[in-house]
Amino acid sequence: MRYLPLTPSDREQMLAKVGVASIEDLFLDVPEVARLDGPIHNLPFAQGELAVERHMQRLSNASMAAGSVPFFCGAGAYRHAVPASVDHLIQRSEFLTTYTPYQPEMAQGTVQTLFEFQSQVAGLLACDVANASMYDGSTACAEAVVMAARVTKRTKVVFSGGLHPHYRRAARTLAKHSGLEIAGLPIAINDEAAVLAAVDQNTACVVVQCPNVFGTLTDFTELAKAVQAKGALLIAVFTEAVAFGLVTPPGEMGADIVAGEGQSIGNSLNFGGPYVGLFATKDKYVRQMPGRLAGETVDADGTRGFVLTLSTREQHIRRDKATSNICTNSGLCALAFTIHMTLLGDKGLKHLAQLNHEAACETADAVSAIDGVELLSESFFNEFAVRLPGDAAKAVEAMAAQDVLGGVPYSRLRQEPGFENVLLIAATETTTAEDIASLADTLKKVI
Amino acid sequence: MAMNNVGRPTAAVANDAAAPTTFSGARGLLQPTSLIFETGSIDRTGVDLPPVKGVKSRLGGLARTTTTGNPGLSEPEAVRHYVRLSQRNYAIDLGMFPLGSCTMKHNARLNEKMARLPGFADVHPLQPVSTVQGALSVMDQLSHWLITLTGMKAVALSPKAGAHGELCGMLAIRAALDAQGQAHRRRVLVPESAHGTNPATAVQCGFIVDEIKAAPDGRVDLSDLKTKLGDDVAGIMLTNPNTCGLFERDIREIADLIHAAGGYFYCDGANFNAIAGRVRPGDLGVDAMHINLHKTFSTPHGGGGPGSGPTVLSDALAPFAPVPYVVTRADGTLDLVEHEGDSEGEPFGRMVAFHGQMGMYTRALTYMLSHGADGIKQASEDAVLNANYVQACLKEHMSPAFDGVCMHEALFDDSWLEGTGVTTLDFAKAMIDEGYHPMTMYFPLVVHGAMLIEPTESESKASLDAFVASMTGLAKAAKSGDTARFTGAPFHAPVKRLDETRAARKPVLKWSPPVEANKIAAE
Repeated sequence: MRYLPLTPSDREQMLAKVGVASIEDLFLDVPEVARLDGPIHNLPFAQGELAVERHMQRLSNASMAAGSVPFFCGAGAYRHAVPASVDHLIQRSEFLTTYTPYQPEMAQGTVQTLFEFQSQVAGLLACDVANASMYDGSTACAEAVVMAARVTKRTKVVFSGGLHPHYRRAARTLAKHSGLEIAGLPIAINDEAAVLAAVDQNTACVVVQCPNVFGTLTDFTELAKAVQAKGALLIAVFTEAVAFGLVTPPGEMGADIVAGEGQSIGNSLNFGGPYVGLFATKDKYVRQMPGRLAGETVDADGTRGFVLTLSTREQHIRRDKATSNICTNSGLCALAFTIHMTLLGDKGLKHLAQLNHEAACETADAVSAIDGVELLSESFFNEFAVRLPGDAAKAVEAMAAQDVLGGVPYSRLRQEPGFENVLLIAATETTTAEDIASLADTLKKVI
Repeated sequence: MAMNNVGRPTAAVANDAAAPTTFSGARGLLQPTSLIFETGSIDRTGVDLPPVKGVKSRLGGLARTTTTGNPGLSEPEAVRHYVRLSQRNYAIDLGMFPLGSCTMKHNARLNEKMARLPGFADVHPLQPVSTVQGALSVMDQLSHWLITLTGMKAVALSPKAGAHGELCGMLAIRAALDAQGQAHRRRVLVPESAHGTNPATAVQCGFIVDEIKAAPDGRVDLSDLKTKLGDDVAGIMLTNPNTCGLFERDIREIADLIHAAGGYFYCDGANFNAIAGRVRPGDLGVDAMHINLHKTFSTPHGGGGPGSGPTVLSDALAPFAPVPYVVTRADGTLDLVEHEGDSEGEPFGRMVAFHGQMGMYTRALTYMLSHGADGIKQASEDAVLNANYVQACLKEHMSPAFDGVCMHEALFDDSWLEGTGVTTLDFAKAMIDEGYHPMTMYFPLVVHGAMLIEPTESESKASLDAFVASMTGLAKAAKSGDTARFTGAPFHAPVKRLDETRAARKPVLKWSPPVEANKIAAE
């Protein structure tokens, strides 16, 4: 077995040193009924690289890769071009095969990149402070909700109808067991007024999204003020981080907590994970934040260095009093994010965002020119919603049969009467004029 | 033409001058580093993009007018920045990383290569299921391995890390209790030796934590457990092998007691790597257990994630598994159940957007196929043998916390350091100078000054012997009064000992321009 260095004679010598006759003697605490006499049945035996690679390659071939066809899926995961150096750098042994930086003197590479990551995320979202990442956008949203309840000591949560349905479900799962009461508003493309009307004396937070799941952009500045005047917090969620190269960031709208998905910078689609949750807030709430935080300090010689800090919030210190049970975060995906962001810089990010917006505008024009297709999003960044004359899931399936991945039917996220015909379409800098033409042609044929 | 050998060959001449301070700040191969904010600028970029067309914006008046403040670097500058930073990290690929409870085993590069195949890495989670049959097959095959290795009924793949898997298992327990009209059961028993995530998770699920004492042999105190049982008990969260590196030999009795009291048995599977292929948790009476793919099945730790925490469930809890999950249709194709209403069971909800950590599934499946049932068993045995060998070699010099054999990790207390003026922390920092990542320190909490050493099966005997020699040398130095070696350590790391107290007292959590930073410092 290529991964196991011990030889049979090593094992013999080592057993002798331990003072036992056989390996079985090291497992005597296992109850007799649970001891197996050989390898577990019904599983194959060890194989060499070639055989394993052949097996995995066959499985890979059985999926339609996004890059092989005209591709317009979004709804929380976006296909962007990631520079080759990003994947090379994150595979460096010293980043890939190290642990959470518990011994900072031998992990300055990791802690400094997390410090830079936090700085970049805070700048992108225009927030005071960001943490060192969460699992993904949906779990970041869930943690934001329970954090708001901790901060306000209130128990009601209002979800906007424009929130990504998966985020709403994930947040609900965590919130309801924390004893919170959920007020989920009806699905709507814009429900600012309804959100404010739902806020009462016991409301901990409202959760809104911009760009929302339908792609629509909403200015939450006034809503934030009104919500805060009632003693509640405004949580702003997003699923497409590239947007804030072009769109007013949630911090500037006065959001108290910002939680969203960072996958689209530096990370591939990966069939849904691993991704990287971004989490930011105001300075005054920093001690209520979940997750790891890197901070600056000095060493014994006074040289600048970085450490994980404010860990008294965390489970390994506080146990049942911790702000969250989170331990591992999304280190390597955060590294990919920070490297890609460093390559882009402010200038490159704005340029990239503009290309995304232009591709989406051209796609929207091409699609809404089709008879019977109605564009639902007045304003948008790189994703928009259309209403088709018939069932959107069937149209998507029919397009896929013609090798076009034409978007995500809203019903895939949530089965909601009245929304069966709604299709979410995303375009990015990877979208070509030929792709847009294929989408328009194919969609026309299948509806 | 004559050879030009001016200046060659060099000769090594003895020289007792002290090492000079360099003008560059470098120390030979160790290059100085700065922050991107100090070297980059907001008008520089390392990505070439096609020109914009000037299409009329449809941002609805929400165009950003401010800078992100984020500097850019050209590609050569960026590559150099991150390579220099990487060289300030220790890693398994450099040397032994005996961090107890964390299972720092070799990360095979085949696994990385497979995870990047386009049929896994370049597929969208919401493509029509007809176009992602290969990706669903990975999930289906991984499920088969996990269920078979654990002897359980079902597996929920979507939890994103170990702690998230704990949450999954405990939420399934809560859903089952609610469905049985047992909603009043809110007390969860947790041994005092447990990982901090256990009590934190129980509280996140709305449970109350009740600690169970440890017996003098490092295992659960059965008599204390019995006194804590009652009709308000929801279950127990128990790690096995436990955090002291010991197998809970009364585990079947514990399971029976909990079940008889009407509760469920949650097993923290963080240490499954000690028994995988040799013992099936399903045979021990477990109802739910998360598996850290990033420990037992070697998906890389990546400096703190991403992890992956699939959670296996017993017959009793399987109906409550969260969505989504993969099913096989009558025609043999694979499908995803994504909406609670479409499930045949009673899912407790959804934990995440999409389907979990696909990139970790492919790596773990590659590990499993490479090792096979026989290799997984051998890996567990070697991990246990390596830990016992280290314990046997070090027991004369240090004090094992408990007598007898251990499982995959060896636990020492600090009684052997008494009177030396050296603490566990100092000892750990001196290990850095020796070129080793320190063992886990001060955990588990039930052992004073704990030092938890987990070598894993990836270390050769020669590597273990070198480690033992180094540890023995340090132990002797501590006992002989060479305290400066410890209290000043590390001496040879890229930075000296860092001031964590200062970092927490006055948190600086992001970069600020020097003018602003000075203002903050002056306040």
